[in-house]
Amino acid sequence: MSIDLETAAKVAKLARIAVPQDALPALANEFNTILGFIEQLNEVDVEGVEPMTSVTPMRLKRREDVVSDGNQQAAVLSNAPDAREGFFAVPKVVE
Amino acid sequence: MMTDLNKLTIAEARDALRKGDVTSVELTEACLAAVEGAGALNAFVHHTPEIARAQAAAADARIAKGDAPAMCGIPLGIKDLFCTKGVPSQAASRILQGFRPEYESTVTQNLFDAGAVMLGKLNMDEFAMGSSNETSCYGNAVNPWRRGNDEAALTPGGSSGGSASAVAADLCLGATGTDTGGSIRQPAAFTGITGIKPTYGRCSRWGIVAFASSLDQAGPMTKTVRDSAIMLGAMCGHDPKDSTSADIPVPDFEALLTGDIRGKVIGIPREYRMEGMPAEIEKLWSDGADMLRAAGAEIRDISLPHTKYALPAYYVIAPAEASSNLARYDGVRYGHRAKLSQGDGITEMYEKTRAEGFGSEVQRRVMVGTYVLSAGFYDAYYNRARRVRALIKRDFDEAFAAGVDAILTPATPSAAFGLGEMTDADPVQMYLNDVFTVTVNLAGLPGIAVPTGLDGKGLPLGLQLIGRPWEEGDLLNTAYALEQAAGFVAKPAKWW
Repeated sequence: MSIDLETAAKVAKLARIAVPQDALPALANEFNTILGFIEQLNEVDVEGVEPMTSVTPMRLKRREDVVSDGNQQAAVLSNAPDAREGFFAVPKVVE
Repeated sequence: MMTDLNKLTIAEARDALRKGDVTSVELTEACLAAVEGAGALNAFVHHTPEIARAQAAAADARIAKGDAPAMCGIPLGIKDLFCTKGVPSQAASRILQGFRPEYESTVTQNLFDAGAVMLGKLNMDEFAMGSSNETSCYGNAVNPWRRGNDEAALTPGGSSGGSASAVAADLCLGATGTDTGGSIRQPAAFTGITGIKPTYGRCSRWGIVAFASSLDQAGPMTKTVRDSAIMLGAMCGHDPKDSTSADIPVPDFEALLTGDIRGKVIGIPREYRMEGMPAEIEKLWSDGADMLRAAGAEIRDISLPHTKYALPAYYVIAPAEASSNLARYDGVRYGHRAKLSQGDGITEMYEKTRAEGFGSEVQRRVMVGTYVLSAGFYDAYYNRARRVRALIKRDFDEAFAAGVDAILTPATPSAAFGLGEMTDADPVQMYLNDVFTVTVNLAGLPGIAVPTGLDGKGLPLGLQLIGRPWEEGDLLNTAYALEQAAGFVAKPAKWW
């Protein structure tokens, strides 16, 4: 399995990270090194083994389905790069 | 008044505080002065002296009233990965520049409830992704240890590099760390201190910036095993805000430190005997086994057949979880947002923000994670890695079922290396640092690194003990016996 420039660009797009065109060859190269390392997993016989979902055999706790918190608009917005009139502000999303 | 208060262990300071020989204010001032004089180590990246002095005064008042839990009045450093209310908490990343949490992580809250004092926030690899503290947006943390008279700056390890450096240099009495693949144990070994990663679920992850949620655990980094026992007890416990936090009692870990390990079975896994392992590490390991045998333990050769596949499985699972966890850094709710050009829409905002905000190692892991989770590859990579993870855990389960109480391995494949020495190596070379520690995260087990010797250049080396799930008490006791037998007392000569 080898990652070409097109795949590297597609992965960057999926990850929402801008990667300049001239950085793609080095990136593809690093992907290939890491994926080459990961390929070893194909040597393992995993027939009949369930993928692990929880490392400790515990049942996840459930809480009451009730409102537990709220009315913290100022705290929620306090770290926003751009907050206006009680909302997060972002560039235009809909044309 | 005692001298060099910053050099005390937590246990010594606690006893002196209770006797009235020293105050928390005095301890705290000694540590603040030590931090002030240690800029060259770049361990502390956000200083909180006002908070420290207020907490110290409050601790002294508590102690005066006779209400003094073990951690009361003890000055600590806090890894930058922990959200601390009103104090910068940016996981050593540019993308969280300026972020001041409106809430406190459960672990730091537990420590503060016990009366602990926060001196400031500690350097680390960005988002805890690294083994040398070289991916930090704050620059490298530096190891207080040097190779003899060689002035070359060495790594304190990573990702909890600032924590390790600060504790080893006596800037604080203990520090919090986190460990996803070895990030407490490897830096502890590189700096001659003790660090324990408890069982997955022992410490609440709430308020700790997430890297790989099924692997992340917090733990203490301290000068001695006893201190780890004391500090771990204050950090852990059930937390309704973390659904994977275990609702089981926390024993008095310190009370379990008897040093008596007669009859305990210590496994030596043959798969950890790596090709090309330095003779010094080999000798450290067999010396450690001899020490435990001399203390009355039975040493038994065991097999953990899937060990070889732990690192490749980790480098699927951890990036996959990271790509999901780090999706939240989008420039909308907190942290950095890129300056946009005319006509840029929301997609450009995401892409530019994340390109500017994430360093190269974080970008690499997020993209690898994105790839292994993408349509068509999910089964081949992610599901296969989770199956291999189940087999790795089964190896440990079978060893424990056969009567093994703890497993002894080297903590790292080498002593601390020079900062910059790995710059030209491919990423996989750096990943090999975690070869002995990463299995423990995949299996959710407790693991502890204990310093037991020096290499030929005078650098500390550590051994790792791996315990049964939830039996940190027993593990700490075995580590205590090893610590007693090894008698490691070396300290780095002060140059900073």
